[in-house]
Amino acid sequence: METSRPRLRFIKTDNPPVWVRPLIPVLALVITFILTSGLIIWAKANPLDAYYQLLISPLMTRVSAIEILVSATPLLLTGAAVTFAFAAGYYNIGAEGQLFAGAIAAAGLGMAMEGIPGIITIPVILIVGFAAGMAWAWVPAILKVKLQVDEVVTTLLLNSVMGFIVSALLNGPWRDPNSGWPQSAEIGANAIFFKLIPRSRLNFGFLIGLIVIAILWFILSRTSFGLKMRAVGLGKPAARFAGINVGRTTLISALVSGGIAGIAGVALVCGIQYHLISDLSAGYGYTGIIIATLGSLNPIGVTIASLFFGLVDAGAQNVSRVLGVPVYLGEITQAAMLLVALGLFLLQRYRVRRM
Amino acid sequence: MYIVEMLGITKTFGELVANDNVDFQLRQGEVHALLGENGAGKTTLMRILYGLYRQDTGVIKVEGKPVEIHSPKDAIANGIGMVTQHFALVPPLSVAENIVLGNTDGFIVNRAVIEEKVGAAADRFGIEIDPKALVRHLAVGQRQRVEILKALYRNAKVLILDEPTAVLVPQEVDALFETLNRLKADGLSVIFISHKLHEVTQITDRVTVLRDGKLIGTVDTSSMSQSTLAAMMVGRETFGVTRKDEQMEQQKVTLRIQNLCAKNDQGQQSLTNISLDVHAGEILGIAGVGGNGQMELAETLCGVRACASGSIQLEGKELNGKTPAEFTQVGVGRIPEDRHEGMVGDLTVTENLALEHLVEFTRNGVLDHKAIRRQSEALIRQYQIKAKPNDPIRTLSGGNMQKVLLARVLSRNPKAVIVPQPTRGLDVGATDYVRQQLLEQRERGAAVLLISEDLDEILALSDRIAVIYEGEIVGVLPAAEATPERLGLLMSGAVKEH
Amino acid sequence: MEIFIVNLIGATLRVATPILLAAIGETYSERAGVLNLGIEGTMLFGAFIGFFVADQSSSLWLGFFMAVVSGVIFGLLMALMTVTLRVNQHVSGLGITMLCTGLALFAFRLNYGGRSVPPSIDSFNQLAPFKNIPWLNTITEQYLLTYITFLVIVPLAWWLLFRTSFGLKIRSVGENPEAADAAGVNVYAIRYAALAIGGGLMAAGGAFLSLAQVGSFTHAIVSGRGWVAIAIVIFGNWNPVRAMWGALIFGGTSALQLRLQTMGLQLPIPYETFLALPYVVTIIALVLAGRNASYPAALLKPYRRE
Repeated sequence: METSRPRLRFIKTDNPPVWVRPLIPVLALVITFILTSGLIIWAKANPLDAYYQLLISPLMTRVSAIEILVSATPLLLTGAAVTFAFAAGYYNIGAEGQLFAGAIAAAGLGMAMEGIPGIITIPVILIVGFAAGMAWAWVPAILKVKLQVDEVVTTLLLNSVMGFIVSALLNGPWRDPNSGWPQSAEIGANAIFFKLIPRSRLNFGFLIGLIVIAILWFILSRTSFGLKMRAVGLGKPAARFAGINVGRTTLISALVSGGIAGIAGVALVCGIQYHLISDLSAGYGYTGIIIATLGSLNPIGVTIASLFFGLVDAGAQNVSRVLGVPVYLGEITQAAMLLVALGLFLLQRYRVRRM
Repeated sequence: MYIVEMLGITKTFGELVANDNVDFQLRQGEVHALLGENGAGKTTLMRILYGLYRQDTGVIKVEGKPVEIHSPKDAIANGIGMVTQHFALVPPLSVAENIVLGNTDGFIVNRAVIEEKVGAAADRFGIEIDPKALVRHLAVGQRQRVEILKALYRNAKVLILDEPTAVLVPQEVDALFETLNRLKADGLSVIFISHKLHEVTQITDRVTVLRDGKLIGTVDTSSMSQSTLAAMMVGRETFGVTRKDEQMEQQKVTLRIQNLCAKNDQGQQSLTNISLDVHAGEILGIAGVGGNGQMELAETLCGVRACASGSIQLEGKELNGKTPAEFTQVGVGRIPEDRHEGMVGDLTVTENLALEHLVEFTRNGVLDHKAIRRQSEALIRQYQIKAKPNDPIRTLSGGNMQKVLLARVLSRNPKAVIVPQPTRGLDVGATDYVRQQLLEQRERGAAVLLISEDLDEILALSDRIAVIYEGEIVGVLPAAEATPERLGLLMSGAVKEH
Repeated sequence: MEIFIVNLIGATLRVATPILLAAIGETYSERAGVLNLGIEGTMLFGAFIGFFVADQSSSLWLGFFMAVVSGVIFGLLMALMTVTLRVNQHVSGLGITMLCTGLALFAFRLNYGGRSVPPSIDSFNQLAPFKNIPWLNTITEQYLLTYITFLVIVPLAWWLLFRTSFGLKIRSVGENPEAADAAGVNVYAIRYAALAIGGGLMAAGGAFLSLAQVGSFTHAIVSGRGWVAIAIVIFGNWNPVRAMWGALIFGGTSALQLRLQTMGLQLPIPYETFLALPYVVTIIALVLAGRNASYPAALLKPYRRE
């Protein structure tokens, strides 16, 4: 075995130059563009045209600009949910399952409360949806706090279990006999979110997303609980030393995180689909983790990341329609950007030095 | 003929000179102690020999030939093995697997074969260990034997043991010494890093004493008494900030600790029946060599480690079983031992300053940012912290970090202050500043419990000095009677005074 | 009844194969200290590339080989992210799953369009070594890859991990990289190697789906089997042989569920209960093990030499 001694070493610097940080997303986008252009050429399109469609064209028309906000709605909520847990150092990978818990609550109440005025129905659905997400998050959270069972694995596994519960409902008691698909009956009109813009898909759910983000920002930066959360997330021993109840803080963060994810499920059922289906979420719970990470666990960052992902989602439709490039270019761009940006984030803390 | 010679070794870390032109010579077949206080440069010197650090200047010779040691691999190739305080073992693997790891002959690892080989080696070196046992099932003393065997298995002719007894119970120490004597008889040379005098006199042939990174001397152990060695190890004048006046009259007891017992992280008893009274307006120094229970004592008194039994009373109020927050509320000022663990590095100076007193700054759950900011600016000025309020704590120097911690605690005028190792790793200016602050607390009438491994600091500041050794208080002396020699004997476990 | 059970055993082995391949892959990764959540995407990409290459070249084995190569590449990408750049393992893994999914579906759409009936290929044939013995034939009539998985991949993984110096190194870097480094083991190289092998096996599991079990490629071809594999790794206590039993239990419950469903039997509980049960059992196992769950101690922890 030889021992190779590196001649070049990365030196950790605590203070990267300030001009580096805003450059990262731009640089990540440029690298992603270079990486994906081969695929675009394979699809017989011009990469510049494709990126124009992907990133610019959705902003050019009213209809597609609204679609950006529609696509961003579940991401705002799951991104906020994940941020709330990650900020306290609790790795909730279970937003996907918690989302469906909320969705089940929304569909169930939406069907059951038919005829009761929306002014009552919708708040009730929101509260119960939040509680359902919390309840689904409770098991792994309590296992973590009381028995130190790793939450990454338990939350991940419970996503699959929730998938089976949804499937059992849709193949069993909730199956709409009038439909060929396994889906529930439609919720009552009183449970459907009102539209923010008439004749579009943009609805009250987006507003809820913004409100949740605002509350998240307020809690994290303006309340004593938020400071405790961040202290626990960034340094458990120091937080404990300073007199913070680490277990309780972790538990509350985990539960609220689940609740917010439940609201994402409510927003999808009451705002977009109007019934429970197993394809309700396009992995929004998982994408929320990516959004929260790209947004640096900062509510404003999460908002920007959600809107950017919404833009790419809407743009991907245009790429597909106008240039015939498969719509999955959007997903590839999002994933590649995440990986490149994460790599750059860590590299910025280093300077290369010759030894 | 020396088997290892280190000549003119100098090593600096930034401003700190850890080794200053040190010579060290090891004879074939001897047990050689490297004696000194914490921070005297013993471990640094040996880490250089083992290739973990690189000396700035100086030469290393093995069997008379100059060698370059860049990594532990080079050291092993030169027949040098080291057993550090943190064992480099993989707990779920067997003893045999741990020993052959990275040193296997072929691709296939046949358990029976390696167990037999390791067993044969263990027999040859007279080390009693079951090669089949899983390391995670072994006691600390047995794990240490695995480490020693690992070094010997790789043909070490020189074995460096870094404070090998620090983690052992007395019976295990006896077993270790037996092993070392046998290995010595077989021609192995051992470097024994220690600051426990009775062990040094018991097991070693020669002693090299380091102090403040400098060589004090190398002597034959048999020609020295424990008190002469203690004097070589600690003797020196004090300097810098010192306590000015003698305490006039005995004031009331503020902090009373009775029969306190606690366990360490491994679940072993590490504090036994500690009883101490700290009076108002007094600094009680706890002297002792590192690892004798100071950390557990500080953590217990800060409320972050549970006490197994006993009581802690502040002005008659029982604190045993209370949360850290309650300790703060009743007026115990707590400074964490490890600055980096005691602060949330990615939070700002302002946030860290507020973290312990959030109740004061919260109305209906909402933080009063203006008040927090005001406090932060005021404290930064008052405690001369060189930082802006919004700087993340991790970007601060050690001295400024310590100032933030002092500011956070002392600004609340606590009745008692617990300060473990307050100046560890600080430069001279910051050290003086911290000591000055502690003296001001004493003037103010607070009861200050100063736990320090730095004897200068203890001597300079304390009104009374208690010595901790293996988790027990082995003596309490008024400052006037505490000479370095007397303290040195207590600290190294040579005598007990009650 | 006999026929039912014999059929069930045969189906169980088939259903368990892809999950087991992926679980063995994940075992290599986790034993080296890296939780690879890229497993789901790596399987999907393996399923796609295997199908695509086989379709273009008319060689099933070339397709299978290319799938393994793609898995190795994504394993190395995971290593780049988590070992060299030390990015958080969950986020890297989920990012890779998203990337793989996007790439697979992109290329599929590009080559096969959005047709409603999925294209199909002539999949692998099943071997029938005991053609003339009625029930034994039903059980042993399996794909060669199933034979290889159970009779070669699993024992080989066990042997590599527990009986070779390579396995010793993998286990030591997953438990205590500092100690391994001190003993002269190249922690980075071993983690790269384990992730590469792991990725290859995950993709092989995906390719089994498209080239043998299904004979086609659809978006939902993997549908959560990667997450199942992660549960199996834990259930199997990071031991390939025990993972095999876990995979058989999973395979058995889902084969049983399918059979009961096709028989149109009315049960008092939903069929999904069978599918969810193994997950619940895994979680209960984790709770019972509590703090003592024998997670590789360095799992999720990047290593940096001081």
